[in-house]
This record gives sequence, structure tokens and C-alpha cells, in this order.
Amino acid sequence: MYNAKYIIPGILFFLALAFVPVIYNQGHVFEVKPELPKDQKECVLPTTEMRDKHMQLLNEWRNEAVRDGSRIFINAKGQKYVKSLTNTCMSCHPDKTKFCDRCHETVGVAPYCWDCHNLSPNQKSPIPPVASAAAGGH
Amino acid sequence: MAAFYSFLAVLALIVIPWLGVGMGMSALFGIALPYIAIIIFMVGFTMRIVDWAKSPVPFCIPTTGGQQKSLPWIKWSPWDNPVDKKGVFMRMVLEVLCFRSLFRNTSVKLQQDGPKVGYSSEKSLWLFSLIFHYCFLLILVRHLRFFLMPIPGAVGIAEFLDSILQIGLPVMYQSDALIMVGLLFLLARRVFDGKVRYITLMQDYFPLFLLLGIVLTGVWMRYVVKVDVIAVKELTMSIVTLRPHMPTAPIDPSVYAHLTLVCALFIYFPFSKLMHMGGIFLSPTRVLPNMSRRAQWVNPWNDPAVKAHSYEAYEDDFREKMIEAGLPVDKKA
Repeated sequence: MYNAKYIIPGILFFLALAFVPVIYNQGHVFEVKPELPKDQKECVLPTTEMRDKHMQLLNEWRNEAVRDGSRIFINAKGQKYVKSLTNTCMSCHPDKTKFCDRCHETVGVAPYCWDCHNLSPNQKSPIPPVASAAAGGH
Repeated sequence: MAAFYSFLAVLALIVIPWLGVGMGMSALFGIALPYIAIIIFMVGFTMRIVDWAKSPVPFCIPTTGGQQKSLPWIKWSPWDNPVDKKGVFMRMVLEVLCFRSLFRNTSVKLQQDGPKVGYSSEKSLWLFSLIFHYCFLLILVRHLRFFLMPIPGAVGIAEFLDSILQIGLPVMYQSDALIMVGLLFLLARRVFDGKVRYITLMQDYFPLFLLLGIVLTGVWMRYVVKVDVIAVKELTMSIVTLRPHMPTAPIDPSVYAHLTLVCALFIYFPFSKLMHMGGIFLSPTRVLPNMSRRAQWVNPWNDPAVKAHSYEAYEDDFREKMIEAGLPVDKKA
């Protein structure tokens, strides 16, 4: 083999790249457990639908509420909800860090909801809240 | 026909896992296939490089696009026609990062007025290749979010920049659209340009269709069906931590189609033209300095017992005979 002093380290470096995730994740246990509300059993939509499409629903809610002034959401069962992240969603899931962030941080998603929204209905601090700047977002 | 067969092969690679998962073979496509693919990739890649490294390349091949180093008053191109390792390093950096060879691409056309051949600059191949390769790199970096825990900040920055336009939800990645543009141009070039189509074989079409399939299944997963990414990460993490198990939550069959296409890419890689990834570093016209006329080359299999015999020594041996025969000599007696 010619030029072994360049080629062998080159190959070793390339192969080592494949093992980066193996070494990086050593000793980490993969576990994702968002804290579910204790007093509520059902969300506005079925769980699987919420899990896959909640971002779409929130996007629709925002556009409808802001552009059309339509603030009431009626689900398939005929139940009525106010279209509000802070007042509706976060009244059952009050702690962003124990619910939203558990999944978002696991898969590296940084939604921009809390750039503008309050973290809880009772929040008195200015918008955007100081806490959310430290807790993530853009 | 070659394009059609390649397309069918890629289609089969989507349909087979899709149906297979429906028949309960998700562990085969989700766990066994990725391990097989990565082993074939690593072993195949190494063997291919070693095979190339064993080929002797005694002389440089100066097919370079710049002026060779010559007399001091002739302007020299140090990066296009290097004479030392430093120059070669610069040439390789520019080649790998900027694709300078493709920048020199020209197109040949018969002129409209009479049988005249015209050559013109053709930068589109360079531009769309560059778009495709950089998008592919960015997508690879972004995918590390499924393979690392906790996710490094650099991956988050790549993700943030790639979705900075904040179009739709889930936010659209610009690289997803741009890689499609790049790949579709590279495919269209082979399909619609008659001269290129003539030299295009199945092994040229197949990687393009395979990559298009990977992109399209990826786009489908993210923007259309919105697969359960937590379950997907559970699967990928179980693979990279070498403790493979299927996640408890069900995963959409499109994930397995995507994964199978990626595995097909890894398996196909070492046997195909995609090896230009490693091969670029072993290209004699790129990695050898042009010093065929500057450095003395000693044949490595010369017999060491045979000593060099200079002209002066030769003349010393035969001076009288040369003078007798009337041959000119440097030193008289």
C-alpha cells in the first residue's frame, strides 16, 4: 500500500465518525415522560392526533383567532374550547418544562410559541416573559 | 430504459418495507437492515480505498488548468498547478469545498450557422451540484438530532438557520426544497440533454432516484403524515446505543421506507460512483504536485549493485579509442 501514512489515519478518522453517536450516548438512558395532568383524562383531540398534529392545530388556532376573530374551537365530540395556548392548553399543562419541553428538547425542536405567549394565565411579567428566554426558544 | 429500471428499483425499495412492516417485519427493516448496511458500508468503503491505495502511481499526471511553474517572468498558478504539498493542500481544499473542477465545465454545441463547433461556459452543473452537496451535508447534520442525546448546540444552530424563514408548521427546512431543486436539475440534465443521455447508464440514474426517494419520503414523514418522532428517536437511539429494541408506540410505515432507502444507499455506496467521496482524495490529477520536471525520479526496482556511470567516467574509459575513431571528446588526453 502506498502513502499509508496519510491513508490509514484518513480511513480511521472516517470510520471513527460512525462511532461518534455510540460513544457520545454511552451511559445515557433514553426516556421521555411528559407529565400528564392528573385531573383531566381527555385533551381537545384524541391523544395520537394531538401528539402528531398539535403544532398544526395551534397554528390554525392562532390564524383563526387573530385574523378572523373566531375564538371558539368545537371538537368532534361537540365540546367547546377557547382557542388559547396560555388559557386552554396551559391550564391543564401548567408547567412548560415538565410537559412541552420534555419532548421538544428530546428531538431538538425549538418552537417559537413562547416568544410572545405567557407561560401561565396568571403571569404578570412583561411579554416575552423573562423565564422563557432562558428556557429555550429562539 | 435505464432510467425506467432505476425508478422501478427505487419504487421497489419503498414498497417492500411498506408492505413488509404491515406483515410484522418491522424489526427486520428497523433493526437488522441498518446494522447490515453500516457494516457493508464501512468494510466496503475501506476495501475500496485500500484497493486504490495499492495501485502504484509513480508519476504525476499534470492535467491541470493553470500555468506550470517555470521561468520567473511567467505568471504561475500556484493553486491550479502546485509544485509542493502546500499547493496541493490548497487545491484539495478548494476542490472539496468549492468543486473547482466542475466550475471549468464547458458545453459543446454545433452553431446554428454552418457546421461550426462552439464551446461555451456551462456553470449550471457546478451550481446545482454545489447546492445538492451542501444541502445533503446540512440534512445529515440536522439528522444528528435523532442520534445524539443530549443534542449538541451546533445541531440546534443548523436547524435554526435551516428553518429561519418560519414557513408553516412544522417549520419548513430550506434545505429540503433546495436539495430537490439540485437533484431534479442533475436528473433533468441526464434526461433532456441528448449528449449526456447517450453516456448515462443505470448506475447514473439509480443514485439520483434513490436520493430523490430519500428526500421525498423524508418530506412525506415530516410535512404530510407527521410521524411520531419520539418513537423514531427511541428506535434510532436503541440502534446507536447497541441495545436495539422496537419502540412501544407504533411507527408509520413511511419511516421504514425512508430507513430502507437510506440503508440501500449505504449498501450501494462502496460499489458505485458515489465512492467519489473517498476517491477524490486519491485522484492522481488532484493530489499529486506537478513536479515531473523538477524532482528526480529514481526507479525503485533498480539493482543497487549497478552504480551510476557518468559520461566523464565513460570518456575516461574509452578516450584513446574515441580520439582514434575521430569522435569529439571533452578532455583531450
